[in-house]
Amino acid sequence: MLSLEQIKKEYLEAASHFKKRIVVCAGTGCIANGSMKVFKSLKNAAAMHSLDVCVEFKPCDSKDHDILLSGSGCQGFCQVGPLVTIEPDGILYTHVKPEDAEEIIEKTVINGDMIERLLYLDQNTGKHCHGADDIPFYTLQQRTALKECGHVDPENIREYISHDGYFAARDAYLNYTAEEICKRVEDAGLRGRGGGGFPTGRKWHFARIEKEPKKYVVCNGDEGDPGAFMDRSILEGNPHSVIEGMMIAAKAIGADEGYVYVRMEYPLACSRIRKAIRDAEELGILGNDVFGTGQAFDIHVVEGAGAFVCGEETALLASIEGKRGMPTPKPPFPAQQGLFGKPTVINNVETLALVPVVMKQTPEEYRKIGSPKSPGTKTFALTGHVVNTGLIEVPFGTTLRQIVFEIGGGVLDKDGKINNDAFKAVQIGGPSGGCLTKEHLDLPLHYDSLAEVGAMVGSGGLVVMNDSTCMVKIASYFMGFTQMESCGKCVPCREGTRQMKEILDDISEGKGTEESLELLEELGKAIKITSLCGLGKSAPNPGLSTLRFFRDEYLAHVKAGYCPTGQCKALTAITIDPEACRGCTLCKRVCPVGAISGEVKQPHKIDPMVCIKCGACINACKFKAIS
Amino acid sequence: MKSEKYVYINNRPVLWEDEPNILALARKAHITIPTFCYHSELSVYGACRMCLVEVEGRGLVTSCSTAPFEGMRVKTHTNQILKLRKIIIEMLLANHDRECTQCDRSADCKLREISYQLGVNDLRLRKTREPREIDTGSPSLVRDPNKCVLCGDCVRFCDEVQGIGAIDFVNRGEDVVVSPAYGKSLANVDCVHCGQCAAVCPTGAITIKNQTRDVWADIENPDKIVVAQIAPAVRVALAEMFNLAPNQQNTGKMVTAMRMVGFDKVFDTAFTADLTVIEEANEFLNRKLNGGKLPIFTSCCPAWVKFAEQSHPRLLNNLSTCRSPQQMFGSLAKVQLPEMLGVEKEKLSVVSIMPCTAKKFEAGRPEFAPGGVRDVDHVLTTQELGRMIKEAGINFADLEPSSFDLAMGFATGAGVIFGNSGGVSEAVVRYAADKLNLDLPEVIDLMPTYLDQGFKSAEVDTPVGKIRFAVVHGLKSAHELAEKIERGEEYYDVIEVMACPGGCIGGAGQPIASSIQHRAKRAESINHTDKMMNLHRSQDNPFMKELYERLLEEPNSEKAHELLHTHYHSRKRITDEEIQFFDQSDESRCKVKVCVGTSCFLRGAQEILGHTLKTVQDNGWNRYFEVAATFCTENCDKGPTIVIGDQVVHKATLADVDRILTEEAKRREA
Amino acid sequence: MSNDNTAARSFTKVLEILEEHDFDEHRIVSILQAVQAEYRYLPQEVLTFVATSLKVSPARLYGVATFYSHFSLEPKGKHIIKMCDGTACHVRGSKAVIDAVREKLGLSETKITTNDLMFTFETVACLGACGLAPVMVIDEEVHGMVTPEEAIKLIEAIMETENA
Repeated sequence: MLSLEQIKKEYLEAASHFKKRIVVCAGTGCIANGSMKVFKSLKNAAAMHSLDVCVEFKPCDSKDHDILLSGSGCQGFCQVGPLVTIEPDGILYTHVKPEDAEEIIEKTVINGDMIERLLYLDQNTGKHCHGADDIPFYTLQQRTALKECGHVDPENIREYISHDGYFAARDAYLNYTAEEICKRVEDAGLRGRGGGGFPTGRKWHFARIEKEPKKYVVCNGDEGDPGAFMDRSILEGNPHSVIEGMMIAAKAIGADEGYVYVRMEYPLACSRIRKAIRDAEELGILGNDVFGTGQAFDIHVVEGAGAFVCGEETALLASIEGKRGMPTPKPPFPAQQGLFGKPTVINNVETLALVPVVMKQTPEEYRKIGSPKSPGTKTFALTGHVVNTGLIEVPFGTTLRQIVFEIGGGVLDKDGKINNDAFKAVQIGGPSGGCLTKEHLDLPLHYDSLAEVGAMVGSGGLVVMNDSTCMVKIASYFMGFTQMESCGKCVPCREGTRQMKEILDDISEGKGTEESLELLEELGKAIKITSLCGLGKSAPNPGLSTLRFFRDEYLAHVKAGYCPTGQCKALTAITIDPEACRGCTLCKRVCPVGAISGEVKQPHKIDPMVCIKCGACINACKFKAIS
Repeated sequence: MKSEKYVYINNRPVLWEDEPNILALARKAHITIPTFCYHSELSVYGACRMCLVEVEGRGLVTSCSTAPFEGMRVKTHTNQILKLRKIIIEMLLANHDRECTQCDRSADCKLREISYQLGVNDLRLRKTREPREIDTGSPSLVRDPNKCVLCGDCVRFCDEVQGIGAIDFVNRGEDVVVSPAYGKSLANVDCVHCGQCAAVCPTGAITIKNQTRDVWADIENPDKIVVAQIAPAVRVALAEMFNLAPNQQNTGKMVTAMRMVGFDKVFDTAFTADLTVIEEANEFLNRKLNGGKLPIFTSCCPAWVKFAEQSHPRLLNNLSTCRSPQQMFGSLAKVQLPEMLGVEKEKLSVVSIMPCTAKKFEAGRPEFAPGGVRDVDHVLTTQELGRMIKEAGINFADLEPSSFDLAMGFATGAGVIFGNSGGVSEAVVRYAADKLNLDLPEVIDLMPTYLDQGFKSAEVDTPVGKIRFAVVHGLKSAHELAEKIERGEEYYDVIEVMACPGGCIGGAGQPIASSIQHRAKRAESINHTDKMMNLHRSQDNPFMKELYERLLEEPNSEKAHELLHTHYHSRKRITDEEIQFFDQSDESRCKVKVCVGTSCFLRGAQEILGHTLKTVQDNGWNRYFEVAATFCTENCDKGPTIVIGDQVVHKATLADVDRILTEEAKRREA
Repeated sequence: MSNDNTAARSFTKVLEILEEHDFDEHRIVSILQAVQAEYRYLPQEVLTFVATSLKVSPARLYGVATFYSHFSLEPKGKHIIKMCDGTACHVRGSKAVIDAVREKLGLSETKITTNDLMFTFETVACLGACGLAPVMVIDEEVHGMVTPEEAIKLIEAIMETENA
């Protein structure tokens, strides 16, 4: 009979023998940067110093090891990887190379000294930081779903159990009724983290009350938002938390079968969740008889095949059923008629990872963090023109200012220097989200506040843009993405997004007029209302949002024929600085279209209507007067 | 007393009975909510977004997919809704082929109609796609993706009602098109030409291949004598094209119109339908009494025949060997009309007017063109005939009725009821009852009309045992029944299969029927015609007696077989397929082919193939053998089939494979 | 396809794949992924064979195969290079890398495989390694913070190995 307590005890006891633990980040990002080579060198270096290093921890090992060397999931600070953490000191080394292994073993592991050049340097204070306890990127976060990522070995189920893993699931199966679980989760106010923000407990309730005996729990790991990698990190870093969440959901609705749908573009996440399921099956946590209740729960893994739209729940179900991933009208909702026509709940990876956390606290306790209607924390993928890019988790209600300037460490301008005045906008919620501007810097971020300004939390992508970004081009870029990923079923999304993209490109190429802006708005609103699914309904957001907050920039494009950031090549005027011009007439002579006029020794002028922007004049000018 | 439930549409109460969605219910409130993709006989798709309505408390919803609830308050045409519908139309028009004057569907195209209704005068959106290729390869249908609004009705009909799925959505996003597999022409895939895709298409994306030009040419040609045969189902639907209600006079007007168009003789396919009854009933009784292959399946529906050849090759020996009435007519016409009309055979042009697109395919089958000359030269659908009449400027409504020409124009009611699903069975029973001396009236009414069900059955007690009849329409129902028969789960003596809803009266060549009720009216007209005729049994047709005496001798005679019967062959679903496994370049190697078509697959061809490959590899015999998997060697009931060199082995076993390969390898080694 | 045993071995694999998936039509996507892994693309005849085995229409299978970006009905190159053009990578300059690679290999948005079937270059929407933008994956190996020059170097290195 499975005893979680026993496993926990055995693990902690065995682990207590370790003097030190070295954790090497093994998330996709750090691996790309060579963290596995670092891992190997550390192992070799330790062996050379005759240290007894355990690499694959099994509690039945009777030998006492000195050191545990393990890999972890994404620690979030991808910018400065490969990351190596030394426990229990809590020292975090950044940009670690295989050549550093020797020094790390000698100086830090054996002698307990820090290697300053490997510590994180806070550019704002000039201080070297010791570790996650004083690096602002980490201290300002509240890592909940991501808590264990970066610490536990995702391939070791026993370590997960030693951190009270699967205790909440057992509690749910043995001590709660389905109704009680739904109520508890609803009272805690947990909302879907995939973007919809629908109250999780209520969704489960709708499935629970269906009389149909066959039900499914589906984990939506089709995180297709470019710029988002939260779900990947959780699946890579702490897959068992997702399994535990699914088990609790299964008990809550009465399901005996579950699916995890993962993008095939995440091979590591696929293999980690598969292994985690196998390990859970081996221990009897998953299978025919969960915790001795006689109820069954089995999980299958299905890989996506490259279709962003499959993140939409009905399209996801269609994909599992072996069809084209095209959404279907709702109602009926999946909770009533879902996978294979049976009641199904589909929850996002992060939501499921938070479920055990929620179950382990009272609703009141959980609600202490976050904001009243959006309790708890949210992960964000912070990218773009910001100093610290990476994966963060903060309580709802945190402001944009705190995220970008404090955790993010500030904005990088077009020359790569920290300059917070260069902040222009933040795209939030992926390519279907809206943008936030300077006026929103102090807006507390949660589901409702963002909806009010035409934006959305979405999956949590946060792309910071500095003042060298043209908002028209960015809107066009996002529109291009959603248009390419449109499934093509419904008219407004299939046809409308393409039409919007054409108009945005027109504007960028100098062919737009004020009517274009009107048409853009009308189309956008129509597409939002009439589209069949969330992809179409949110596709116009970047366009509409930038038009709303950067209308002047659009007007400059269409009325003045001028792109303020200079990104739209067709709309960059080449001008001669009258102060610098010496009137040497060189430019006038090389101009192939005769666009330059001017007398000798007088400042010359370029006629923008004739100029074809070949740049010959720029090259010819010896006085750097033309740009 | 059941309490009545009301829904408020535009503030007016409407009684809600069993309508499954708001769109259907709105019809009671005399509102036709515009839609492209909603079709009451297919699953809900919800893609066109035209049918949006405003529901109090819920906002805008698609009326096709939303069920009413008691007390619901709906607004169907607020300013916002109208504006949104207009924009959607604009979006569709942007990339649509807008040369409406050149389009065969311009008279009743939904896109044109709705665009007009909504007053879409301004097109502010641009063309974003290159024109796509038009598929004209099929003898029956033309596919033009540039007119497609991607409503998916054709896809769903072919899949849900016919169970074939010859076309589906392909690619994603803006590149989505409706296409056969691999972008091939309809002619080269498993399409059976039933044409129902064209019947449900709201625009001109799939249309009937218009062949009136060819017929006009023959009519104009002073050397040619053009005779027409007209199917029963045509006569109860043609008048709809001239806005006339069903009326017994319409048949006569149709004949007059055709003479005015220029046909030299106007005959009746029901004549050869009577002939089919006699041939087929005898064929059946012969099998029943002498232990022949049963059940017998009817064979007059060409879509069903092609379907059987593709997917149920093991049942091909069950199919009646009788040709369809159309083809019996053509065959007889070419044999006897030259003498009767005093014209050379080459100058005779036989045109059939059919409710059916598959008949165009049937007329082109090589077995129906002896010496390369087709028995039926041209096939026109009801719609095409109507167009010819209009083209000639004939005012159909004002015409005086006239009757069919004799010789091949006299029929009994039994021939006429072929137009309805269940008609062939009824006609056969009327013959058999007589032959077996059963005490039954002339008009038996074996099964009541049942247009909303795909399957119905009945039995008749006779001295030779019960005769059990099954009648199916829709190929999916046919497929399901065929599978049960093959598995031995069900048994019937006679199975009538029609591909189209309600039978031929619902054929794709007919003017498009708007609903089940519409088709029911046509079926009623057929039955009424039957009842109004003097004779109801094929055997009572004096011209039948004459025909047998003069030419055919007796039913199922050798002469009858030569002229009126045929054979079938199994078919590949997709043309050009073979999977080579080894280098093809070496001519000296022995070619080994394993059939992996549907039927052989079911019988274990994969095992044979796997074993063959393994044997060749393991023994290093690559230099001796070249192995390929083929689709269909057309020996389906003897499968699995493997061809080694020139040896054909049927019902091959693993032992057979070993033996023959070893022998051949030894021979080559030496 | 000119290897004596490859085609036979591949087809035997298809039979195995179908068995492993219980001939279950719901698992079409997974089946096609496995078939593509074996053949490096999805040949037409094999697709029809799979359709017959699963009792679905060839048109339907074709519809599924053409819906998902991962499936290719054209043969792919020996080396697959994927460049991320997701938001983060885009903002950090992926376009320059894309243009450089396309120029080097003579490819474009529509022509993604070199004539000698050595390289296939495709852009993907997001590989989830945004902290390392711009990201390029060559034959499953992830390279972060790639510049146009580095990309060219990596490709040239492969070319050298192939020519050796």
